[in-house]
Amino acid sequence: MTWVVDNLDLIGRLTVEHLRQSALPILLGLLLSIPLGWLAFRFRLTRGLMLTVVGLLYTIPSLALFALLPPLLGISFLSEINLVIALTIYAVAIMTRFVADALASVEPHVRQAADAVGYGAWRRFWQVDLPLAGPVVLAGLRVTAVSTISLCTVGILIGIDNLGYLFTNGYQRQIVAEILAGVVAVVVIALVIDRLLVVLGRALMPWAGKGA
Amino acid sequence: MDLFAEAIAWIFSTDTQSGSLPLSEAIATHLAFTVVSVLIAAVIAVPAGWLVGHTGRGREIAVGLSGAARAVPSFGLVLLLVLVFGVTHKVGASTTAFVLLAIPPILAGAYSGVEAVERRIVDGARAVGMTSSQVLGKVEIPLGLPLLIGGLRSATLQVVATVTLAGYVGSWGLGFYIVQGIQIRDFAQILGAALVIVVLAVLLDLLFALAERAVVPRGVRAGRDGR
Repeated sequence: MTWVVDNLDLIGRLTVEHLRQSALPILLGLLLSIPLGWLAFRFRLTRGLMLTVVGLLYTIPSLALFALLPPLLGISFLSEINLVIALTIYAVAIMTRFVADALASVEPHVRQAADAVGYGAWRRFWQVDLPLAGPVVLAGLRVTAVSTISLCTVGILIGIDNLGYLFTNGYQRQIVAEILAGVVAVVVIALVIDRLLVVLGRALMPWAGKGA
Repeated sequence: MDLFAEAIAWIFSTDTQSGSLPLSEAIATHLAFTVVSVLIAAVIAVPAGWLVGHTGRGREIAVGLSGAARAVPSFGLVLLLVLVFGVTHKVGASTTAFVLLAIPPILAGAYSGVEAVERRIVDGARAVGMTSSQVLGKVEIPLGLPLLIGGLRSATLQVVATVTLAGYVGSWGLGFYIVQGIQIRDFAQILGAALVIVVLAVLLDLLFALAERAVVPRGVRAGRDGR
């Protein structure tokens, strides 16, 4: 405990870094997965293709993905952009499936009713399909946020400082409290962000049932 | 793209086959850690999950556990346990971490498989005189197998990735080549090892994908195709 008390400012600084590095992949995951998830939902051909590709991407272990991206994209191995792109890929892989399922969960007769009162395809998507799919999309976003925050720690292996620093530094200096503080900090911020998303979802989607 | 050629050359070079950590040994260790950990986790989580799904008791705990487990950073858990167990017990400590990480997805697969069986089917089984344990053994478990295999699949992927990270604490498994490669700035070795890991992970995933299809009971498949 004394280690934690003595190093509160370090933990605070790393937590801010950690949140900053996780935020962009979570946001990009949401934005990119809406068109991709729609493609997976709308056409049988693109469905098989999209779900196979995201499934394969999700299969790649994080440390291996960090190694694959630099030669493919011409970025530096030991760089934050490598971490952010890798985390975004995982986020998109998780979210695409959720968005496809979410759109499929909208009742067909609701869609037909929207068509009947004269909604065009574009307007119906934004004003009917997506809002009704919202609760399932939110469930996906919560899974994505929690796993992104947890996975972000692996960035320390490619030299990116975040809460993962407490793992390697604690291990090298043999301070159990330091690693434990890192694990607890990651779990706590992941669960706090998770709750925030639930609250945000209730405020933005008052039509969602209790189940969401 | 030159680096890919170098990486392939690294995979097949004689140094890699017979160095301080031969590639075949690294693959074998990686697989052994994965298989043993998932098996131990399955022995614990599968019966527990079936019981939760069958009785509905402890469901909240099981759901909460698999949700919260996602938040636990696997790399941190490995380093924490190695330090707590002592560096002379690295294998036991790492295996414990892998098992702990594999339990929640297997538990979720086991209980959701049993739970997803339609109420009508369970009632039907009771109506023809099956006892509670017959309902579980002859109806709920067989019908829930695809979701259980799905849980084992996620657990295996999670463990394969975490064994890779455990290359940081010991000179074992495929992750060690990457950790060592980072230290000596050998990018061909890093990429070569990454390619082997990807192939391993994709092959294991494929195996589970096939198993998921194979365990659908014959009657269910006939019903689906017949219409």
